[in-house]
Amino acid sequence: MTDAPKDKIEHFVSQAPFDPYAVEVLTPEQERYFLATQWQLMWWKLKRHKLAVISGIFLIFMYLVAAFAEVVAPYALETRNSKALFAPPQSLHMFHEGEFVGPFVYAYNQKLDFRTMQRTYTEDKTRPQPLRFLCLGDEYSFLGLFDGSFHLVCPAKDGAFYLMGTDRLGRDVFSRIIHGARISLTVGLFGIAISFAIGLTLGGLAGYYGGWVDNVVQRLIEVIRSFPELPLWMALSAALPVTWSPVLIYFGITIILGLLDWTGLARAVRSKLLALREEDFCQAAQLMGASPKRVISKHLLPSFASHLIASATLSVPSMILGETALSFLGLGLRAPITSWGVLLAEAQNINVVALYPWLMLPVAPVILTILAFNFLGDGLRDAADPYK
Amino acid sequence: MLRYIIKRVLTMIPTLCAISVLVFIIIQLPPGDFLTTQIAELRAQGMDANNAKIEFLRQQYGLDRPMWEQYAIWLFGMLQGDFGYSFEYDLPVTEVVGDRLYLSFLLSFATILFTWAMAFPIGVYSAVNQYSVGDHALTFIGFLGLATPNFLLALVMMYLAKVHFGISIGGLMDPQYLDQPFSYGKFISVLEHLWVPVIVIGTSGTAGMIRRLRANLLDELQKQYVTTARAKGLSPRRALIKYPLRMSLNPFIADIGNLLPQVVSGAAVVSMVLSLPTTGPMLIEALRSQDMYLAGSFLMFLAMLTVVGVLLSDIALAALDPRIRLGAGTER
Repeated sequence: MTDAPKDKIEHFVSQAPFDPYAVEVLTPEQERYFLATQWQLMWWKLKRHKLAVISGIFLIFMYLVAAFAEVVAPYALETRNSKALFAPPQSLHMFHEGEFVGPFVYAYNQKLDFRTMQRTYTEDKTRPQPLRFLCLGDEYSFLGLFDGSFHLVCPAKDGAFYLMGTDRLGRDVFSRIIHGARISLTVGLFGIAISFAIGLTLGGLAGYYGGWVDNVVQRLIEVIRSFPELPLWMALSAALPVTWSPVLIYFGITIILGLLDWTGLARAVRSKLLALREEDFCQAAQLMGASPKRVISKHLLPSFASHLIASATLSVPSMILGETALSFLGLGLRAPITSWGVLLAEAQNINVVALYPWLMLPVAPVILTILAFNFLGDGLRDAADPYK
Repeated sequence: MLRYIIKRVLTMIPTLCAISVLVFIIIQLPPGDFLTTQIAELRAQGMDANNAKIEFLRQQYGLDRPMWEQYAIWLFGMLQGDFGYSFEYDLPVTEVVGDRLYLSFLLSFATILFTWAMAFPIGVYSAVNQYSVGDHALTFIGFLGLATPNFLLALVMMYLAKVHFGISIGGLMDPQYLDQPFSYGKFISVLEHLWVPVIVIGTSGTAGMIRRLRANLLDELQKQYVTTARAKGLSPRRALIKYPLRMSLNPFIADIGNLLPQVVSGAAVVSMVLSLPTTGPMLIEALRSQDMYLAGSFLMFLAMLTVVGVLLSDIALAALDPRIRLGAGTER
């Protein structure tokens, strides 16, 4: 053995008192994370999904517009202008002859070709018609509750404002799209409510009890799923009596849409329940004498409610598309009820596409809404598992 | 394998029975039947209805008998190839339908093939080049395809084809072949017309398929055996094709169960817009005029198409994947 090397480190003893929990102390940030509830975690995760957040904001905006349709739309639903049949969209201008006027449109000069019976419209560059904001215009009855005539935007006095052109009766397409939003957007929500109720009940029963209940529900789901949706929807809505009032038809259609949509949800509920009912906390509740109802609603449902919300969001689009297709075919909603599908039914043949392409504009909100629901649903689905 | 097939076919029978009950209920739902409406119409015109004939039809199809008997007559008739009588056309249903069923089948089949042919390379490309410009662009187009109502797409395609190619793409064959027996010329003509509806109907299904294939393949590519294979020096191409791709193909076939109803649904609307001689337009017509047996046999046919399609996909899946073949029944 040789002498200890000179540069040997001296033995070090820390004078600070020893804290046995030093490793376990959390930074405030960590503490916030660990103590957060599940919903908080999901919210944080959802916020990181930019597209989903934008989609969510867009959808809130759309539903607000739908709720206040009468105020937002410049015209009432049935306002006709016989002087502007099939008028093309007017473009919005800001400057008139180099001077700033604010948003305005040019008036139309109309010419009727008597040989082809086709109207041609040209902008009259000498007659600017500035828009009015927060103004009184067409009378309406707001949701049937009270009458009013207040609008966010109105055309100039004795002027016209057709941002998206007019249809064959001279009705403003833009206003009609806004009015139609109320029906088109709520069809999906009511339908989802119905499909949720059925899916939760049947899926819950099948998953919780298993055995023959499970078998019956499974077969039922199989039968319904093997049907092509649209022909079945068509058959059912063709069975709605013609004598029903438009409101009844509307509810009939939503019920039909919901009746066939619950299968996916029921399957999700069932498989989740099957997995969860084996968990310890569930057995503990049962041993303590909780009734099945209490176990399902208090212990099981909350643990996958987030998944349900995500899958519900993802199945709204198919309902909106379904309603649009049915109305387009004339088997769904009918005038005077106005939905995007009813509006699109006007663009049913190739001549419309060639001559009056703006009648296809109602498809734009359909596409945007469906995209938004899909993105939001994707974001929610990712967020539903915050621990992943 | 044989056992699995037999078992699978046997479970199909109760499903078909349940579907037939459902179809029968649906076609009975509207109040009254076609004959009552017709009699009322004739009476309103001051004419005496052709009593003998109506009585005959009533007896023939048992419209005066209780519900369950009507159902039994309908069901057994179908089993013997008698699909009932179309009141609107005054002909047996089998004669009215003609080759609409074959064309519907052809359309669905072609659409599925198109979906596969498109979704496979695009899905693989998207997964392998995740987050590349191409992936983002394809995903965006896919979403757009998912969100566009296909009847509108059909209209626009029809317009574009008319303007740019000068062809009328309505219908499924040139007019001269209508009601002609099957021939080579007719076959070619059908093929020429088929691509537009196939693309239109196929878009949304393709978009969904691409997304699922991409997700599956991505899951698979992240697994450790892939990393190991790469680390051991397997070429990227081989490390993709040998196992991950095969694994992610499973849902491809299993998905027919979802895809087929979707395709059949889409076909119904698109055929209406493009006025194709398939089941769609006639089904809508029959539903509107309460021509119950015609509507019923169309619904039955469409449901059967999907049930048999799902059966075939299940069998194919079992042939491909021993886990399903051997563990049949336990997983489901």
